[in-house]
Amino acid sequence: MTVKDLIDDLELDVLTAGDLTRLVTGGYCGDLLSWVMGRAKAGDAWFSVMGNVNAVAVCVLADVACLVLCENAALDDAAKTRAEMEDVTILRSTRSAYELAVTLSQKLS
Amino acid sequence: MKYHYEVSGDDFTRAGEASGAVKATLKRLGFPPEVIRRVAIAMYEGEINMVIHADGGDINVDVEPDLITMVLSDRGPGIPDIDKAMQEGFSTAPETVRNLGFGAGMGLPNIKKYTDSLDIATELGKGTTITMTVRVA
Repeated sequence: MTVKDLIDDLELDVLTAGDLTRLVTGGYCGDLLSWVMGRAKAGDAWFSVMGNVNAVAVCVLADVACLVLCENAALDDAAKTRAEMEDVTILRSTRSAYELAVTLSQKLS
Repeated sequence: MKYHYEVSGDDFTRAGEASGAVKATLKRLGFPPEVIRRVAIAMYEGEINMVIHADGGDINVDVEPDLITMVLSDRGPGIPDIDKAMQEGFSTAPETVRNLGFGAGMGLPNIKKYTDSLDIATELGKGTTITMTVRVA
């Protein structure tokens, strides 16, 4: 599944578009940034409510496929600018991390 | 090749600049993605620690074909109990920092997890120097 497929399957809004052809190989839910950096895998779709500039840095350094902001969580202006600069894909949904992760799991299996 | 970076204190928007720069350099030099990821995460955790606890500091990175060495030095308060600091979940970060998503007590444990060696030299009231290496398998 690519990020583009994820957007279609989970009906996500695109806030910033990086590489939409990148493969999504798994998912990770969490809001504590170091926790996410320690546990998320490269290629994961990361479900979180954390839309600040540090979350964008985590996306870049942990090399996740995209960040999905859950339950309409806000994306800071600074974070949006940084994400565009770094080619990070940030998506958004009204649904919870749990609901989105369950759907992703079904689509991946 | 050697690289030097300054980390400014109390500026969370700029934290990650040094690790981002190293990541870009390693990518350009053709290092394997997993090596780059380990270096980037370990260095970002180190940067964040310097911003939270030590009012910044400086980082020296030595890139060899088979070994990447990062030395992070600060003139902060030092670490009173390294064993405690190494425990997952132990944090002395203030509430303001936790609201940004940091302070999970995973910084040093993550550094240990993603590096091949980690040495912490710390003196109370003087500062801390962390030397860590990632081997290129």
